Amino acid sequence: MRALSDVSLAIARGEFFGLLGPNGAGKTTLINVIAGLARADAGSVRVMGAHTVDDYRRARRMLGVVPQELVFDPFFTVRETLRIQAGYFGIRAEDAWIDEVMEHLDLTAKADANMRALSGGMKRRVLIAQALVHKPPVIVLDEPTAGVDVELRQGLWQFVRRLNAAGHTIVLTTHYLEEAEVHCTRIAMLKAGRIVALDSTRNLLARFAGSRASARVMGRDGKQHVLEIEGYGELERELARLRAQGVEIADIELDRPDLEEVFLRLTGS
Amino acid sequence: MSFYTLFRKELLRFLKVSIQTVAAPVLTSLLYLVIFGQVLEGRLQVFEGVRYTSFLVPGLVMMSVLQNAFANSSSSLIQSKITGNIVFILLAPISYAEFFWAYVAAAMARGLVVGAGVLAFTAGFVELRLAAPLWALVFALLGAGLLGALGVLAGVVSEKIDQLAAFQNFAILPLTMLSGVFYSIHSLPAFWREISHANPFFYMIDGFRYGFFGASDVAPATSLAVVAAALAAVATACLLLLKSGYKLRT
Repeated sequence: MRALSDVSLAIARGEFFGLLGPNGAGKTTLINVIAGLARADAGSVRVMGAHTVDDYRRARRMLGVVPQELVFDPFFTVRETLRIQAGYFGIRAEDAWIDEVMEHLDLTAKADANMRALSGGMKRRVLIAQALVHKPPVIVLDEPTAGVDVELRQGLWQFVRRLNAAGHTIVLTTHYLEEAEVHCTRIAMLKAGRIVALDSTRNLLARFAGSRASARVMGRDGKQHVLEIEGYGELERELARLRAQGVEIADIELDRPDLEEVFLRLTGS
Repeated sequence: MSFYTLFRKELLRFLKVSIQTVAAPVLTSLLYLVIFGQVLEGRLQVFEGVRYTSFLVPGLVMMSVLQNAFANSSSSLIQSKITGNIVFILLAPISYAEFFWAYVAAAMARGLVVGAGVLAFTAGFVELRLAAPLWALVFALLGAGLLGALGVLAGVVSEKIDQLAAFQNFAILPLTMLSGVFYSIHSLPAFWREISHANPFFYMIDGFRYGFFGASDVAPATSLAVVAAALAAVATACLLLLKSGYKLRT
């Protein structure tokens, strides 16, 4: 079985890129190929120009990956975990940066706590901190807010947006489509290992999401009726027709196009 | 730096639980000495002028070195694989050779620390001399390296604790116990003596013991050649497996 097929895309430096698709679409496999955790049978990946197999050391230094699973090493404290991770990337004595990352992620109070003693949300923060200790220009977030409470989610997005504003490229997979809609400037949608859409978020919404309006009108029988109008282009024509017929329009509601609808249309989920 | 960090992480891992990883195996070896020494002292003499308990101690030291070197790399790897935290190493710019040698070096450190502990605690109770300390050191290092490498092999290949336990209980333990820790193979019937020659653990114990008594069942140079060849073979197998990403990278 092929997990990915004919996947070809380029993510520009500084982009906030979303990778969406139903379960089993190949999102995590694609991330694993980029990160060197999985090997592709054919094709290649470059991170900031570095080939992920031939020049894996440089490619991995460019990447900070936040894995989907809440994994941790139970032998170490938060600070030890971050120091070790920095050391893997050849960085020695970076306590100032580690302190800064912990501060941003609200981990300072837990710096000397053992990883086992942390809540799920705190462990998620440490995973993010681990991905950042070597200051990678590209940050891959695989479902970063899965099982995370609202407060942390907001703090996390603020932090990630700040990183993006500072020039970091962000690659995100998420099941929360509203998050992708709010944050991602461009999106690829995967289905059964293939890219079924690749465009800016705005274009995807304009092309695939229905622009629907519903008008509540007073009928000649004196009862209220709801009229569904497909496409904003039709709206003015329909309203003119209703007015010409002397129909009183009580209320008009415009449905805002959303990514969920695009997702459902393209993936058939 | 990547190699050093991984090595240091592995050192810290076993030092943080040193009661279990260092003190307990030292105690086990002391119990072997007390029991076997008590039962067999005066009934067996292997080398001329060497008491049985004195003969036993280098065997116990080397057995501790080997078993603990194996336990360190194999248990660390299987735990990391099962909990998933091995991903942090796989994501880092660490080569497969750095990965291998860091695990082996940390395994050697634990084996040697436990071995030194056993030696320190037993030296007070038995009469020991170091006839050829360099030989003893060489065999301790090579033996720890070989078992550390076998631990990496078992840790990479195993997917469950059960599989690793099978490797430990059905391969490492019998090979160690039947390697001449408690006896000289010259006291065995010819058939079993020949079988013992096929056991690479025998050469490690015998060579290490030579370092203490200047006497051994086979020439130390022969043992050295066998142990070095075994280490080279296992290290090559490990490096090829790690390079291929077998059971680590999908």
